[in-house]
Amino acid sequence: MSFANLIRVAIMAILNNKIRTLLSMLGIIIGVAAVIIMMSIGQGSKMSIRQELSKMGTNLIIIRPGADMHGGVRQDPSAMQTLKVADYESIKNEAKLIRNVSPEVTSSGQVIYGANNTTTTVYGETPEYLDVKLWTLEDGDCFTPEDIKKSAKVCLVGRTIVEELFGDKNADCIGKTIRFKSIPLRIIGVLKSKGFNNWGMDQDNVIIAPYTTVMKRIAAQNYLSTINVSALSEEQSDACIDELKTILSRNHKIKEGMPEDFTIRSQQEMMETMSTTMDTITIILVVAAAFSLLVAGIGIMNIMLVSVTERTKEIGLRMSVGARGRDISRQFLVEAIMISLTGGLLGVIVGIGGATAASSMGLPCSVPLWSVVLSFTVCALIGLIFGFIPARKAARMDPIEAIRYE
Amino acid sequence: MKDNKRVVIELQDVRRNFKVGSEVVHALRGISFKIYEGEFVTIMGTSGSGKSTLLNQLGCLDTPTSGEYYLDGTPVRKMKRSERAVLRNRKIGFVFQNYNLLPKTTAVENVELPLMYNTKYNAKQRREAAVKALQAVGLGERLEHKSNQMSGGQMQRVAIARALVNDPAVILADEATGNLDTRTSFEMLVLFQRLHKEGRTIIFVTHNPEIAQYSSRNIMLRDGKIREDQINENIQSAAEALAALPAPQDD
Ligand SMILES: Nc1ncnc2c1ncn2[C@@H]1O[C@H](COP(=O)(O)OP(=O)(O)OP(=O)(O)O)[C@@H](O)[C@H]1O
Ligand SMILES: [Mg+2]
Repeated sequence: MSFANLIRVAIMAILNNKIRTLLSMLGIIIGVAAVIIMMSIGQGSKMSIRQELSKMGTNLIIIRPGADMHGGVRQDPSAMQTLKVADYESIKNEAKLIRNVSPEVTSSGQVIYGANNTTTTVYGETPEYLDVKLWTLEDGDCFTPEDIKKSAKVCLVGRTIVEELFGDKNADCIGKTIRFKSIPLRIIGVLKSKGFNNWGMDQDNVIIAPYTTVMKRIAAQNYLSTINVSALSEEQSDACIDELKTILSRNHKIKEGMPEDFTIRSQQEMMETMSTTMDTITIILVVAAAFSLLVAGIGIMNIMLVSVTERTKEIGLRMSVGARGRDISRQFLVEAIMISLTGGLLGVIVGIGGATAASSMGLPCSVPLWSVVLSFTVCALIGLIFGFIPARKAARMDPIEAIRYE
Repeated sequence: MKDNKRVVIELQDVRRNFKVGSEVVHALRGISFKIYEGEFVTIMGTSGSGKSTLLNQLGCLDTPTSGEYYLDGTPVRKMKRSERAVLRNRKIGFVFQNYNLLPKTTAVENVELPLMYNTKYNAKQRREAAVKALQAVGLGERLEHKSNQMSGGQMQRVAIARALVNDPAVILADEATGNLDTRTSFEMLVLFQRLHKEGRTIIFVTHNPEIAQYSSRNIMLRDGKIREDQINENIQSAAEALAALPAPQDD
């Protein structure tokens, strides 16, 4: 039978059993839609994480205390106290490939102004921090090296802090004194809003103070939690990391081959780690969705087997007027593929619709074209694979018995 | 008298055994005959005498356990399934007792069916051949009627048109009038006689001994053997018999 006729016969057979076919298609529709939505969310999140991270500066390098946490081995608390102010000073004085460097000491807790209070984190930094992390000041001025020297009780605040403590995020708060863990801090500047990041964290819920102030007056510790560095350029960030390693290893008296007691990560690396993590999550989700396609394929096989049995007489008739086994098997294969491809088409439509709805609800979503192509290919394969057994059953029927079948 | 006629069917000592459990059923026990082009042969016999089994052999739906079968000169016994399918498609037209039309399908589409499996026909030629065959059975006005909108007689006419459409070497009918009332049965016989006059070769299996008067030759089977093979020198006219039937009564 010619291809056009095969398609026509398949369409007729499908139209003769609309409801039943639609129900067995439903599995494919849901499966394909799920695959596409998962892939879209995966792709969308990856893209927005990348954007987010590059907003933080693509030449950012972060030094943390303690060995690389690969394998998640728990580390001695003392291992987390290895970064000292001396390290910061060495880097500042010796490193040639850095543009800026800022030590960091953080402390979380309650901040109070009058009757208002909120929970936040105070970041102890140097003025360079604003450049390293791409912050801009909207109001007032940054603290000075002089303030650092004197451990001055001054700070910069994010818009969320302004809103929480003064009732309005545009309130004039310069010169007001707030209290963090009972230490009074005078507001000298307000940071321009950055909004929420990808993990839903409010980046404006932040207070920045001189690191000496946080270290001595608030946290009472003699070590740093982080050193943030910006490399001269993105291309030089690897060379910069090497330079930083050399300086820190010398300071910490770490010889060749010994494990380091600090970890240096570039933004670049973090982006890649993020990407691979997102890829892994996406793959897991897609595989889960793909299993629903497998189940849908079994559903199609089931409906095709029923259809073959129901149409035994028709098969017998077709054989007696000259259909060969392969004509019959092709007829049922084409029918199975048509069902799964139609289901796939509807699934793609539902999937794109779902992804659009999700992105209008704020989820990062972007439908990759190849997910559509992949879905169609998979659907055609499902029809072929799961149509095979029913088609073979039909083709092997004995015409004499088939035509007598009631 | 038949020496100048072409042999369409030749059976040489055809046997067909069926294994049922440990027993062997001998459905055909050595059948030999020749059927010539243009013959209208009725095959009769009691139930279980092997008529359907014989017809399945003739229709290439089955192959003999032993013996030879030549259809239009082609030996069938050693053919593969798919080769026999093609042979059926080109040389045989089947008419079944219960019509076997495709459901929800129009008359013309039903008749086109055999040509669907012949790539030599394109859509246009297929349609033309189907329309011609339907006109030949008197259904030229009902091309687009669906199978479930027709009477039994009309359905059987469609089935006969389907058997004619590929211009077969032989038309095989198994109890083709078995489901029809007397009047409609005679109408079918009239049609078969007309096809016979036009030169078609017809083999007609039936229980009804009366039908033998309207064919040109009658073969009687008993227990898988030929008991009688007679030429009918005095063929009755089914058209006259139909005219003589009492008019249909409306009550
Ligand atoms: N597939 C089969 N398997 C086993 N035995 C069979 C098979 N087909 C036919 N037979 C046997 O072969 C014999 C002939 O059967 P067949 O159907 O040819 O009879 P028939 O003359 O057509 O009868 P009827 O007039 O009732 O249709 C019967 O004894 C039947 O039981
Ligand atoms: Mg029979």
